[in-house]
Order: sequence, then structure tokens, then C-alpha cells
Amino acid sequence: MKIAVLSGKGGAGKTLVSVNLAAVEQESAYIDCDIEEPNGYLFFKPKDVSVEEISVKIPVVDNELSNGCRKCVEFCNYNALAFIKDKLLIFDEICHSCGGCVLLCPEKALTEKDKVIGKVEKGASEQVTVYTGILNIGEASGIPIIDNLIEKSRSSDQLTVIDCPPGSACSVIESIKDADYCILVAEPTLFGVHNLNMVYELVKLFNKPFGAVLNKCLDGENPAKEFCIEKGIKILAKIPFDNDLGMLTSNAEIAARKSDRFKDLFSDLLDMVKKEAQNEAVTKS
Amino acid sequence: MKIAIPIEEKNIETNVCPSFGRTPYFLIYNTDTKESEFIDNSAAESSGGAGIKAAQIIVDKEADVLLTPRLGSNAADTLKAAEIEIYKTKSGSAKDNIDAFIAGELSVLKEIHAGFHGQGR
Repeated sequence: MKIAVLSGKGGAGKTLVSVNLAAVEQESAYIDCDIEEPNGYLFFKPKDVSVEEISVKIPVVDNELSNGCRKCVEFCNYNALAFIKDKLLIFDEICHSCGGCVLLCPEKALTEKDKVIGKVEKGASEQVTVYTGILNIGEASGIPIIDNLIEKSRSSDQLTVIDCPPGSACSVIESIKDADYCILVAEPTLFGVHNLNMVYELVKLFNKPFGAVLNKCLDGENPAKEFCIEKGIKILAKIPFDNDLGMLTSNAEIAARKSDRFKDLFSDLLDMVKKEAQNEAVTKS
Repeated sequence: MKIAIPIEEKNIETNVCPSFGRTPYFLIYNTDTKESEFIDNSAAESSGGAGIKAAQIIVDKEADVLLTPRLGSNAADTLKAAEIEIYKTKSGSAKDNIDAFIAGELSVLKEIHAGFHGQGR
């Protein structure tokens, strides 16, 4: 089973929920798809880390072979190519690696080369396999890294927790594509509600079963809770705004491994998610 | 000599457009014939890489000089490959800037911005 953890903004508690869910399952996989700022590894401190470089294909030109027809320049939707003074200019960082220019070139003047955009690390933390995607600074798109991460999780039957990037853009869509269930983590603020709405619309669009976790809950009003009630979103758990939890997390400890109270909280959440996902599967079939 | 300028409307008295890549039109002014040609900037609607495409248009029009208030790095690289000289406009109309350029009153554009594709990177 694959559980994706989302939120419309950073700092809502995706990683808190993700690492603790993977930890209470014990034998599981944790995948950090927040490739621009992965931080799950700070909690897991994985050992025996292996590294795989991730590259994309970008075009290279042999100007001797080019006849200057400009089919590639006209084709490129991202304007990554220009033809200046009988030479093709290629803007690597604009290229989206579609390969169209190479296919179109009648003179076969274009070939492809690998360009490294980041890496995937794999390590172990107790019985949790920890995968971390890391995009190199300055790269425009990390989708190929997320693709690689999701692909890796396909061969496993273990419970897999996917820690998504913040927001609701392509990288999140890529991260949830295999998910059996989505957890939306929300803060009890108006801003939190706005961001919850973004991911709520996203998971609805992709027909993913989902529920919400209300993080940083205090006594008194909780706009995120009101939003969930209004939209009929299942509230899976409420995580208190708690000094002990904050302290453990600030020290990069996994709360469920350090405290029975939080172990129970996240175990209950995991049970609830499993039950919900099963219900959804039954209803759908 | 041909001078290219990003402009807001199709006349020589119009304002210089603050954006090079996404300007609606370009003025191509021929200093020899004193003729003005107004062209649509088909790069303006691009989802990305507008500066590169706009530069290609300027190059294909065989401009020798570009007058612009600012320029992104990809557009600048493209124009430099074509050996087009780049000067910084000052306030006033396209006509004012052409006159200022001919009088030698414009300076070479030195600050090339990183482009907006990184969005604040």
C-alpha cells in the first residue's frame, strides 16, 4: 500500500506525519519526493547509503551536419534552440528533454547527451528503507528524479509513505500518481485552509481516496477543521500543538520511536488510513 | 544600419516596452533609408524562453543594434552570438531613443538580469 502525504504549503507537517507513519509500520519504505528541500533523512539518519545519479537527455548539435533548416528551432515549445550565424545555439537549462528536436532533424545533426540533474539516495533506518530525492540547485525541473523514486517503490509490496513536495503543481501530481491513499496535512489557520483547499482540489481531480490530518491543534477555533466539516472531508487525526512533540521534532527525533504517546497517535492514524483505504477499495470494486 | 527597439504600439512616437522578450512589437529602424518597420513579436505568447525567441526574430531581421531598457541572460547570449550591439534606452519615445543613439548619447547595456524563468532564483 502506498500512502502519499501532501500539503499546500511548506511547514504544515508532511514530513512529521510521513516519517512517523513509516516508523510505526516498522518494515516499510519512506520516499522523500520533496526533492528541492528533502528533510526526512534528517530524522531517519539512514545507514549504508547508496547513491544513484539521475540524468536527463539534452540535445547536442554537430554544426557540420546541420543544413540550417531550423525545424528544431520551430518545433521547440520552450524556445531552447536558436539558429544564429549558421550555428545552432542550445540552452540546456530551458530544454525539457522531450527529444523532439533529435527526432525531427532531417540531417541527423542532433544527438543526445546525459546531463546530471540530481541524485537518489537509498539507505536504512532500523527496518525502514529510506529513499531521498535531491535536485541540484539551479535545475528547473526535478520530475525525472520523482519518476525514479516512484519507479523504485513499484517493486515493493511494503507499506510505502511518500513525502510529497509542497503545493499542488506537477511535482506533486507525479508524486501521488501511484498512491492508494492521500493524507492532506493542514494547519489551523486561514492560510492553512487556503492551502488545504489546493491539495483537496488536486486529489479530487485525480480521484484519489483521501483524508485530512489536522496538525498543530489548539483549543478553540480551527478553520481547517471547519473546512473539513463543510466539505465532508474525513478527519483522520488531530495532532496537538504540543511542546514535547515540538521538542523531539526540533531535535530531529522521530517522535513515535521516542515516546509511547506519539507512537500510539501515529499507530492509530496508520490503522485509520489502512481501514479507510480498504473501504475505498471495496466501494470502488 | 538597422536598429531594433521593443515598443508598446506600432508607431515611432510610442513608448519603449520595459520587457524585451514579451514586448508586443518591435520597431526596426533603418538609419540609411530612414524607414520604420513594425513587426509583431510572436515570442510574447511563449510559455517560456521568450527572450531567446525574440532575439531570434531580431537576428533574422538583420538588426545591427538593439536599444532596450533591460535584457535577460538567454536573450543576451543569443544576441551576442549574432554580434548585435546592445544599448540601454533612457526615458522618452522610441524616436527619442533612436535620435539619442545616433547622437551617441546612449550607453552600452551592462546589467544583464538572470531572466524571470527562475522566478527569483
